[in-house]
Amino acid sequence: MEEMKDIILEYVIEEYLEDEDEVLTYDTPLISGGIVDSFSMVSLKRFLELKYAISIPDDKASPEAFDTVNSIVDLVNEFVGKK
Amino acid sequence: MAYSNKIRETYLEQLKGIQDAGIFKQERFIHSSQAADIEVEFPTGSSLKKVINMCANNYLGLSSHPDVVKAAHEGLDSRGYGMSSVRFICGTQDIHRELENKVTEFLGTEDTILFPSCMDANAGVFEAILTDEDVMISDRLVHASIIDGMRLCGALHDTFKHSNMDHLEKKLQLHADKRLKVVITDGVFSMDGDTAKLDEMVDLCEKYDAMLFVDDSHSSGFIGTTGRGTHEKCGVMGKIDIITTTFGKALGGASGGCVSGRKEIVEMCRQKARPYLFSNTIAPVVVSGVLKVLDILLANTERRDKLEKLTEYWRKGLTEAGFVLKDGDTPIVPVMLFNAKLAQDFSKDLYDEGIYAIGFFFPVVPNGAARIRTQISAGHEIHHLDKALAAFIKVGKKYDILGKSKQEIIAAYGL
Ligand SMILES: Cc1ncc(COP(=O)(O)O)c(C=O)c1O
Repeated sequence: MEEMKDIILEYVIEEYLEDEDEVLTYDTPLISGGIVDSFSMVSLKRFLELKYAISIPDDKASPEAFDTVNSIVDLVNEFVGKK
Repeated sequence: MAYSNKIRETYLEQLKGIQDAGIFKQERFIHSSQAADIEVEFPTGSSLKKVINMCANNYLGLSSHPDVVKAAHEGLDSRGYGMSSVRFICGTQDIHRELENKVTEFLGTEDTILFPSCMDANAGVFEAILTDEDVMISDRLVHASIIDGMRLCGALHDTFKHSNMDHLEKKLQLHADKRLKVVITDGVFSMDGDTAKLDEMVDLCEKYDAMLFVDDSHSSGFIGTTGRGTHEKCGVMGKIDIITTTFGKALGGASGGCVSGRKEIVEMCRQKARPYLFSNTIAPVVVSGVLKVLDILLANTERRDKLEKLTEYWRKGLTEAGFVLKDGDTPIVPVMLFNAKLAQDFSKDLYDEGIYAIGFFFPVVPNGAARIRTQISAGHEIHHLDKALAAFIKVGKKYDILGKSKQEIIAAYGL
């Protein structure tokens, strides 16, 4: 099975990069780096919830928790299997 | 005193920040009616200058048309100046409903409701028809007033990349479980002048059982062979569930807007849309003017045909002169300069040559996509465009950008 962090990275690249040449790593700051605005964070949250059958409470879905692919993986892991 | 020095300082600091960023907006006072030839006081206090207006949304040249002015006078005489009431108390005249019916006929929809402005239509419509069980999926370049309207609505919001139909389809699949889905787009995008792919969007909406919303503010009156809008151009009249548009641009240019579309949606707005419920509607004098505008447009297509020819002439002239344009066929013709300072300097030099056209740069358009946005009007004549073209060429030579590619301009001026 594809690793979670690759699935999320791929989604972020597909979803938010307009320019094919831009490089994105697991540690690229997404929100503080201006790649994902807080408005579009909603769709990322929804993608994660549907994909991993979890529910992330709004107070956990902070801009900090969503700032890099690595931190998103940590967040998702907190909830996987807990439902 | 509640307005302490500390409060004043807070604002002065923010205003200075805007000034330092070079994005402080300043008005230019026009001392004549809106038209192709105007007299402008700029900077404030300087003597009046006669210039050709290349940046009004006066696409059909009807803003000061004698028949429209006359109709407005008659409306003023027969229906008075103000209503002193919102629509549902005692602020509705026969002519308000007459205008709603005429817009319905013009756009080929089921029903129409007037709003004080299209900003208000966009601000009110989503909250009136959607709940938190629903989803709004919008193009990433929709107008600011739509973004505000979506913010006021409790439904989930998601976006798709500009005019990217594959991405839109993915989003429709992602949100398949939602009760109601609305796909949201501008008809013609105001900054780039490109047209939404409404035919493909209608197909996708039918496939995934979603409604389609189009803001046709920069299309109503002149896009499509009889000027009905983007839905006419794309061959999908009768298939758009919600159209919003303004009377503040091509359709006389005074003010006012509307939501036009499915009967039930219009009725929901009449029951629930807050800008309709809590703000006075369009004044009788303006309603009378718009009624005349629609009569003119229903009688023949002369004005939009002329606009189409002038637009072709203008695009061809600029292209042959060696400017980089955004592709398209609408009267919004952006001349790309990429660098923000170059766009500002270029606009200033054009003004000295008697041409009024404004530079747009970040945050209004993306970083590195600065431009002069020109807008053609049926009120222009060929001699206006020839004079404007000569000025563009003169200034273009000064900055040595004629015949230069995007890469070459960026290499010379930076992003
Ligand atoms: C696409 C679009 N929608 C809505 C509006 C707002 O129109 P109004 O002036 O009627 O509020 C504008 C005007 O700038 C616009 O460009």
